[in-house]
Amino acid sequence: MRYIDPHIHMVSRTTDDYVRMAQAGCVAVTEPAFWAGFDRSSAQGFYDYFRQLTEYEPRRAAQFGIQHFTWLCINPKEADDPGFAREVVALIPEFLEKHNVLGIGEIGLNKNTKNELIILEEQIALAEKYNQLILVHTPHLEDKLKGTRLIMDAITASSIDPGRVLIDHVEEHTVGEVLDRGFWAGMTLYPDTKCTPQRAADIIEMYGSERIWMNSAGDWGCSDPLAVPKARLELARRGHTTGMIDQVTFGNPQQFLQQSERFKLAVPAE
Amino acid sequence: MYFLEHRAKLIDVAAFLDRLDRTSGEDEGDFREAAFRQAIEILGDGATHRAKRILLLLSDHTDEMPQSAEGMKGAAGAFLGPTESGSGVSS
Repeated sequence: MRYIDPHIHMVSRTTDDYVRMAQAGCVAVTEPAFWAGFDRSSAQGFYDYFRQLTEYEPRRAAQFGIQHFTWLCINPKEADDPGFAREVVALIPEFLEKHNVLGIGEIGLNKNTKNELIILEEQIALAEKYNQLILVHTPHLEDKLKGTRLIMDAITASSIDPGRVLIDHVEEHTVGEVLDRGFWAGMTLYPDTKCTPQRAADIIEMYGSERIWMNSAGDWGCSDPLAVPKARLELARRGHTTGMIDQVTFGNPQQFLQQSERFKLAVPAE
Repeated sequence: MYFLEHRAKLIDVAAFLDRLDRTSGEDEGDFREAAFRQAIEILGDGATHRAKRILLLLSDHTDEMPQSAEGMKGAAGAFLGPTESGSGVSS
């Protein structure tokens, strides 16, 4: 069994988690830049974080046979001050040449403010200019529906092909619109907010297994780095085929991510 | 195959409502409780897509956008409604 966790924040996880993920069949992770639970006070703080994501974390993952890829951005939570956010965005092009960088992410909205939207649009333009894939964070709870629509509208207003954009943290009320508009959809398996493995399996049964993936988004909060293999188990328990399970937890992420020339898996075909 | 797991969750919800009944009334009129009770009606209405309809019930459907998140609280899980200033804060 092999799987990809396409959204997990390993900087917040222990090395033991890499061990357990490798034992469960994880062959690759992709790690979007995010809010680390505490606001950074300077652009230099982000510079150090981007170095951690592009230099240190791939080495730590490689010790356990896991390939590590990353996405860079200023996250929406820290993007409400446009002046500060622009200082951070200006650092990104230098890192886009690094070997494990797949694109811009996780960009999006947090509280659906005009300031956040301005910086979102500027980061969409950055992706456009450098021909990068995009990984999108959508707001949680009551803000999600509105935020998801605002984000999709902003991307649609650019020249970026929605097939090169993954809209993450979809739930039952957003997944249909995301897929209908041509985007990829990510389901985040998270204990308290977002989806459980059971609901993710329901969504696949209702909306199909095309252009959809699942991830743990494991981070510093209550989260589970083994959520993807648990969802595989849930699908198997319901009698889904190994082929379909492999598609949503390996084939689909691979198909989307390999639109970046940097995503090359060193895994032999099964 | 999920009966016992969801039996436990159902009893959790029942116990939560009992707990609310035992409070002194300080949370009476809380918009989240009102939304929660509306959502429970969806569970028993016999129509499908309950999860989606509950998520929609709990969502902000306004078009308003505040300029900044300065001073705003975290997400509440249910929508309070637009403010007089039109900023549409969620808690």
